[in-house]
Amino acid sequence: MARKLPSKNVVVIGLGWTGSILSYHLAKAGLDVVAIERGPWRDTATNFPPAYAQDELRYAVRLDLFLRPAQETLTFRNKADQIALPIRNFAGFLPGNGVGGAGIHWNGQTWRFLPTDFRLRSHLTERYGANILPDDMTIQDWPVSYDELEPYYDRFEKLCGTSGKAGNLKGVKQDGGNPFEGWRSAEYPTPPLKQGLGATLFAEAARKLGHSPFPQPASNLSEAYTNPLGIRMGQCSYCGFCERFGCGNYSKASPQTCVLPALLRVPNFTAQTESEVLKINLDSTGKRATGVTYVDTSGKEWEQPADIVLLCAFALFNVQLMLISGIGKPYDPVSGQGVVGRNYAYQTTSSVSVILKDKVLNPFIATGAHGMIIDDYNGDNFDHTNLGFVGGGYMGAGQTNGRPIQTRPVPKGTPKWGAAWKKATAETYQHAYSLSTHGSSYSYRDCWLDLDPTYKDRLGRPLMRMTFDFHENELKMSAFLTERLAEIAKAMNPTEMQAHPRKGPYDSTIYQTTHNTGGTVMGDDPQTSVLNRYGQSWDVHNLFVPGGASVFPQNHGYNPTNTVGALAFWTADAITQRYLKNPGPLM
Amino acid sequence: MYRSLTFAVTSFAFIACAHAQGATQDFSCIERGHYLTTLSDCAGCHTTAGGKPFAGGVALQTPFGTLIAPNITPDTDTGIGNWSDDEFVSALQDGRGRNGTRLYPAMPYTAYTKMSRDDILAIRAYLNTVTPVHNRVNANQLPFPFNIRLAMMVWNWLNFTPGRFVADPHQSAEWNRGAYLVQGPGHCGACHTPKTALGGDKTGAPLTGATLQGWFAPNITANKHNGIGRWSKDDLVHYLKTGANNDTLASGPMAEAVTHSTSQMKDADVAAIATYLLGTGQGGTDRPTPIAADNPTMKVGAEIYKDACAPCHQDNGQGSAQLFPRLAGTAVVQSDDPTTLGRVVLEGSRAVATNSAPTAPAMPAFDWRLDNDQVAAVLTYIRNSWGNAAPAVSAATVAKQRTSLAQSR
Repeated sequence: MARKLPSKNVVVIGLGWTGSILSYHLAKAGLDVVAIERGPWRDTATNFPPAYAQDELRYAVRLDLFLRPAQETLTFRNKADQIALPIRNFAGFLPGNGVGGAGIHWNGQTWRFLPTDFRLRSHLTERYGANILPDDMTIQDWPVSYDELEPYYDRFEKLCGTSGKAGNLKGVKQDGGNPFEGWRSAEYPTPPLKQGLGATLFAEAARKLGHSPFPQPASNLSEAYTNPLGIRMGQCSYCGFCERFGCGNYSKASPQTCVLPALLRVPNFTAQTESEVLKINLDSTGKRATGVTYVDTSGKEWEQPADIVLLCAFALFNVQLMLISGIGKPYDPVSGQGVVGRNYAYQTTSSVSVILKDKVLNPFIATGAHGMIIDDYNGDNFDHTNLGFVGGGYMGAGQTNGRPIQTRPVPKGTPKWGAAWKKATAETYQHAYSLSTHGSSYSYRDCWLDLDPTYKDRLGRPLMRMTFDFHENELKMSAFLTERLAEIAKAMNPTEMQAHPRKGPYDSTIYQTTHNTGGTVMGDDPQTSVLNRYGQSWDVHNLFVPGGASVFPQNHGYNPTNTVGALAFWTADAITQRYLKNPGPLM
Repeated sequence: MYRSLTFAVTSFAFIACAHAQGATQDFSCIERGHYLTTLSDCAGCHTTAGGKPFAGGVALQTPFGTLIAPNITPDTDTGIGNWSDDEFVSALQDGRGRNGTRLYPAMPYTAYTKMSRDDILAIRAYLNTVTPVHNRVNANQLPFPFNIRLAMMVWNWLNFTPGRFVADPHQSAEWNRGAYLVQGPGHCGACHTPKTALGGDKTGAPLTGATLQGWFAPNITANKHNGIGRWSKDDLVHYLKTGANNDTLASGPMAEAVTHSTSQMKDADVAAIATYLLGTGQGGTDRPTPIAADNPTMKVGAEIYKDACAPCHQDNGQGSAQLFPRLAGTAVVQSDDPTTLGRVVLEGSRAVATNSAPTAPAMPAFDWRLDNDQVAAVLTYIRNSWGNAAPAVSAATVAKQRTSLAQSR
């Protein structure tokens, strides 16, 4: 029996990017806020000291910062006619855990979606006719436009201090930036990072072929910066320990570096860590949330009543909590009815590796988000007529690190172990470079999330079940993107080159990306979305899902974090400026 | 001129807070007392972290043993609720508590003696308003013979000159206000003035730096080599108000002083302190000849620095403003006494967080990673690079510090 705690104005589930942004804004607005976080407390100064933070074995191999499957996992299958089995080692994607969430271990790649991405179905239908879309593709327009979201992108970039070069300032094209991007109201907060030799050679080759390379937008800062919360960030030291690591140099943006120092000084905010929310509680009408029930590490259950519930966990677990709590109609792929768990999508990545025998590349001088990129083949930046697919992605030279344990490139035909392998890896390290594509993953009728009928978690709740596979559209797209990338790679005059287009079926044991999206989609129609345009539940008006990637109707050819952060600010404004004045459905 | 300066220095004294009978409950006195309590950083010793305000309990490590700051809430049994005004004034001005009990100078009555009776009674008026807390504190935990309070009679005779602050008519009103704050309520010398073997102030060298509680409180005179003479007035004001400036960040005991006291001072008072400190004295040692870069220890230190320190403090020792302290040309780095420097390398330290500088970055501990020779080499390197000059640090010094830090944990 849960012990009932004194009521709060707001209970926040999960203290990552969205949870910390919402907590800060609502606490500053005078609300009494408690954030409940499944994992441990972590702050930059205490937990990521540069004296030991760059420990590849601990963080990149043994995954110290990540969720353990014993705590929570999910089951996986490719197709509806298979029996899903529990993931016992997270590998294909790596959910975060603890304060900061995935905002700790990300690379810092800070992209905006294209204006056309926000009206994807309308745009593609208008340009190519409805026949270009496969029958089972369930992509839909976003309920917000790029223009509406632009100021919020800007706010998140300023929070992070993002480094980059604008390609479009208020509609005016800018030399050196991304010519395809949507308009920006302002330049990036800090100038672009310096580029390594690999990226420089890629940019030269791309330019020669008529593309428009530009520096990747990075929340790994090129220079010291003070964000709007008064928090100071430092210049990146290009150590190459970003993805899977916390940054103790205060250079890579994270909730603990960019928000928590200010949030902790707001007296009406508290955090309850090492406590897992079991469910969101509803009143007898089922139309109003009364708070949450959580369990601490001693197994004690607590009921935290609240006026507003904010679901800010990782995308996959947002969906699970909605399903467990019985909020919204679960999606049924047979009838196509229902919404919770619908439109799960991912990301379609591929790579081309090159060896440049006569160049010394020093790949260890890196950040998670430097590199030179072209966006010529993203979204609908190129004509898809007769290509046989829709979608696209960015591509470029952004090798994120040269860490010694896991960076072991070798030429084709090298034995997989032994003296010859050792010799090859030593000889190749300085001359190898990995180029990559980062492609969209559109949503389909038979890719979804639901509760597993068999397997339960340690707390007795059904595990979430993921049913996902790559579709022909995405595999064709990946083949096309990888070919274009290989053309540029070839222009770099490599000694050797290997292209690795994405092949199906999706394999959850090989790391690709942690960009899991959809399942609590936002939209204009309650028949095809869980949330309205403000991230508010259609069914339970005091429940919001403020911008976790679970709200994406499909995934586009960019990393999700900037859109996640922008939507968090968007929902924070909707709550403080609209909902608080008149609590009830905003649509 | 003299009269107007006196007026400026004690300009709060519009309303007398002393009465023949009965404590004042005048709002203005309480407000003034509250601010004087902040200026005097009473909470620094009398409030434990997370504890009830002024209920005592903070342990002070002195070279003679441990003293526990007493309860100064108005609790009549365990606090100072039954003290007369005269007893309270005497405690601050003369180091004599209730019934004439002699206080130990860990209570900085040697500084508070500069304060007027009226200011002190304003503090009393404020303390009367805080929640009384029943908390009996056994203040005197000194070993024999230091536990004999009567010994302080001799100590006072040797080390203590009672007397109110007297303004210098040749200086500006702001300078005098600063002098009053530094010498009186702010009791900066309690940490920053070198001590004699008996723990008294070395009166010839005020504020030129001293070691206490395992930290070296650096020279805060205008000495350009190992003091704060390179700082502008703005630099110093920024440091005191926010805990950080472009050179450095407050940590250790100074972090507490910033939190409880200087960050909450009025802008004019912080400016006055800066004017006084930067306008006084050039105390401290002269710049020695730096150790040559090709010295073998320096070469080892340079390698360690590159590997362990440069990512934050930069190859050129410039650090990063408001985040990672500058090492080139700063007081703590070039002080003769490397206690603070050695401590932050071995144990790490965390900068203070204030509303205007909330980041609170940290120096990580390196005791597990660098042995005594390596710490000595990197310290010697830091102290003699980029224009710095200071005596080498020996491995024996580091070893001693490592042991004492381990014991104090």
